[in-house]
Amino acid sequence: MRIRTTATVAGASALLLLTGCGAADMTKQASPFANAQGAKSLTLSVQSWVGAQANVAVAQYLLEHELGYRVDTVQVDEVPAWDALSQGRVDAILEDWGHPEQEQRYVKDKKTITPGGDLGVTGHIGWFVPTYFAKQHPDVTNWKNLNKYAAQFATAESGGKGQLMDGSPSYVTNDKALVNNLDLDFQVVFAGSEAAQITQMRQFAKEKKPFLTYWYAPQWLFKKVPMTEVKLPAYKEGCDADPEKVACGYPHTPLQKYLNADFAKDGGKAAAFLKKFRWTTEDQNEVSLAIADQKMTPEEAAKQWVDGHASKWKAWLS
Amino acid sequence: MATVTAPAPRVSLPGVLKHRSVAKLALLALAAAVLVPLANAQWASGSWPAALTVDLTEPLGRASDWIIDNRDSHPLFLYGFGYVSNAVVLCVRAVYLVLLAAGWAGVTVAAALIAWRVAGVRLAAGTAVAFLACGLLGMWIPTMQTLALMVVAVLVSVAVGAVLGLAAGLSDRMDRILRPVLDTMQVLPAFAYLLPVVLIFGIGVPAAVLATVVYAAPPMARLTSLGLRGADKEVLEAVESLGATARQRLLTARIPLARKELLLGLNQTIMMALSMAVIASVIGAGGLGDRVYQALASVDVGAALAAGIPIVLLAVVLDRVTGAAGDGDPGAGTRHGGLSRRAGWAAALAATVVVAVAVRLAGRLDWPDAWTLNIAEPVNRAVDWMTDHLYSGVPVIGGTADWAGHFTTWVLDPLRDGLQGLPWWSVLLIVAALAWVIGTWRTALTAVLAMAAIGVLGVWKPSLDTLSQVLAAVAVTLVLGFATGIAAARSDRFERLLRPVLDVFQTMPQFVYLIPVVALFGVGRAPAVAAAVVYALPAVVRITAQGLRQVDPAALESARSLGASSGQQIRQVQLPLARPALLLALNQGVVLVLAVVIIGGLVGGGALGYDVVFGLAQGDLATGLVAGAAIVCLGLMLDRVTQPTERRTKKGA
Repeated sequence: MRIRTTATVAGASALLLLTGCGAADMTKQASPFANAQGAKSLTLSVQSWVGAQANVAVAQYLLEHELGYRVDTVQVDEVPAWDALSQGRVDAILEDWGHPEQEQRYVKDKKTITPGGDLGVTGHIGWFVPTYFAKQHPDVTNWKNLNKYAAQFATAESGGKGQLMDGSPSYVTNDKALVNNLDLDFQVVFAGSEAAQITQMRQFAKEKKPFLTYWYAPQWLFKKVPMTEVKLPAYKEGCDADPEKVACGYPHTPLQKYLNADFAKDGGKAAAFLKKFRWTTEDQNEVSLAIADQKMTPEEAAKQWVDGHASKWKAWLS
Repeated sequence: MATVTAPAPRVSLPGVLKHRSVAKLALLALAAAVLVPLANAQWASGSWPAALTVDLTEPLGRASDWIIDNRDSHPLFLYGFGYVSNAVVLCVRAVYLVLLAAGWAGVTVAAALIAWRVAGVRLAAGTAVAFLACGLLGMWIPTMQTLALMVVAVLVSVAVGAVLGLAAGLSDRMDRILRPVLDTMQVLPAFAYLLPVVLIFGIGVPAAVLATVVYAAPPMARLTSLGLRGADKEVLEAVESLGATARQRLLTARIPLARKELLLGLNQTIMMALSMAVIASVIGAGGLGDRVYQALASVDVGAALAAGIPIVLLAVVLDRVTGAAGDGDPGAGTRHGGLSRRAGWAAALAATVVVAVAVRLAGRLDWPDAWTLNIAEPVNRAVDWMTDHLYSGVPVIGGTADWAGHFTTWVLDPLRDGLQGLPWWSVLLIVAALAWVIGTWRTALTAVLAMAAIGVLGVWKPSLDTLSQVLAAVAVTLVLGFATGIAAARSDRFERLLRPVLDVFQTMPQFVYLIPVVALFGVGRAPAVAAAVVYALPAVVRITAQGLRQVDPAALESARSLGASSGQQIRQVQLPLARPALLLALNQGVVLVLAVVIIGGLVGGGALGYDVVFGLAQGDLATGLVAGAAIVCLGLMLDRVTQPTERRTKKGA
């Protein structure tokens, strides 16, 4: 027994020594898989949509091949990603669609996150119908006429009303309030994930069926399923302040990058590179389409873009 | 006439049962007659009365803000959770570095040799092939990350489970206290507690490991306690008469005697931990799960499958090897061949080291890139073909989208509207009646309280929506499961063919079949039901087949000699005699279907599943946790309603 007790005590004290005797700060804790085999490494957060994958793929490719880093990626939803960024679990978010509450908390109050500048891409959320349907019925593209078509948009899930399909629960949406406040004869059906939403849209498109969906640009799917935006009441600053009373469309958002504050300060070349990283909607779509439609791996898609746009990325490295 | 010809005992038993049920129901009706008018007068509303709800939004929101504000300064985190978190990171990293240092060849050889020592040559070959396949699929590094995570999570789960199990096995009071806790842990959907874990530990490996432990420890605890309680009384008395102390008795007799249960517990824990590997990827666990999850984002079934197959292979290998260890005779190796056994292990270790060093010297530590096989493309082509040709416009039977539409309108809608249309007190009455008839007043009370808690939490309507989906999925699962199970019980060849299929369905991460399910059935509640059926079916088929096969052969023989046709044999002998197994299948079907309600939320199932996913995605503790709690309550209620008393008493024995 004596031996076993000694072993336990020894083990416990070894653990204490290893973890440091003082405070164990969880906010300064890297992934156990990081820096394995002595590589310089950083961790990027990828969101679940393909555009975000494209940003990360190209950044990762250049960091690995031009700057000699090892890049780990983790897929996290938007709000938890802010939390992870403030804790240093990830070093950067490359595409943020605007989270005022988190910005206030982490950037202004706690100062654990630093803005990393514009991504160069402007995002826009809206309601869309497939272009083949909009061509047959041009007046569907104004919200005032939507009720006329409600029956055509009905599905088994929409309970006799028209179906307005929403996607992932992590996305910003006012659609339930909008349907209500604009007196639309529609039912919001949540697909629950972008993957499910895209799959359903492609099935509808294959049969040339009408559908109405929450969607956003830039998005690679427009190349496969051309869609036309439905005009909603125009967005004005602050018209979406009260989530219950929203009766206007969505803004155009210049997408932002954010870096962990410590990483921004001590991240050396990698941090400088990520701050300079800035490309266009077309660039992003090119890479996204290669990933999502031609089913290239993100790495292959990034390589293809990098090979064709040397002048662009050379500027990010200087 | 039928009652006259039937043998006497068969009449009397249901007769008594019926009598007792009638008495229970009469009593319940009496109570209802008094209480319902009162309740109705006070809160006359169809759905759960607002006066009886508690809004947790504000306290939960405050709790989550407090955690975020104090996470990097409060001593509770700096000196409590911080150490836990650090220890997990260190351990996972240590295992990961060892695996990397061994190289792909070293790991494969080591795994094969362990399998050889424990379970023989055939499994050793299978293990080696499985590991090589992981490399071939281009998943070597993610596989090692998952393996490192699994090793640590399983060790912690086993330690925690064994301690709880020891306590429950040795003390009756602890057993009474722990049993409801373990019950709850098992019906708790994993997604529901990801959120609080993430809030405290942040995204990443520590949170993933701890969530896995919560999920995987209960079977170990249960089986440890079962093993200790089941130890042969005579052996224990003999040991006691030799003057052994309590500690000696435990170490030399009770634990060794419980070996079989302990190993089964280990096996179950490994399986549960692996099934958590993918779910944990949602909170940044990395490894194979993350690959599956990322592939999902680009709607790439092939890539998801390439990451899913290694998970299935790991699960099958670990299941067979630990299973073989449990079946093996513990005495044989140690007693007459102590030396050769030890020599065998030493040889295995030496061989591993030799291979690892050789590969390291040859500079071939990493899996060679050229040796990878791209399965994504053909798989995607197959999925596309399937959805192109089956989705709609199939002559005569109609496409899968049409079925889904009909299923939604004809089954799901009436069921949901019916449940939501019932006055709240009548739902409680129905639950009470069902639970009481099948169990005791205790089970009835638990079921009713669980249902009432849903109302109090303020999620009555979405919960009934979820309940309607669960009932529909369970019904479909049982029809398919019983039919397949009966077929498997009657034909050995069919069962052999079925076994690998069931293995795959049981261990394949649910994320992999999300997209095919949507592609076939569209977005909505129908694909949610389909996903649940796919997940729950294997367990139901297995339990049914096993139950039918264990039917007393003498009874079957006598039925055959009386000239019963095979249909009559099934209906009149096998099915009635296998009733306990069938009830267990029903119970398991319910629990498993409920476990994938959240997956349903990802394909348009809405209701509670969507709320949990929403809570996680938006960091909204109030929505996510309340919906998670409601799922737990639904689980408890359904478990009690479908759990016959016999099994309860047997489990405690």
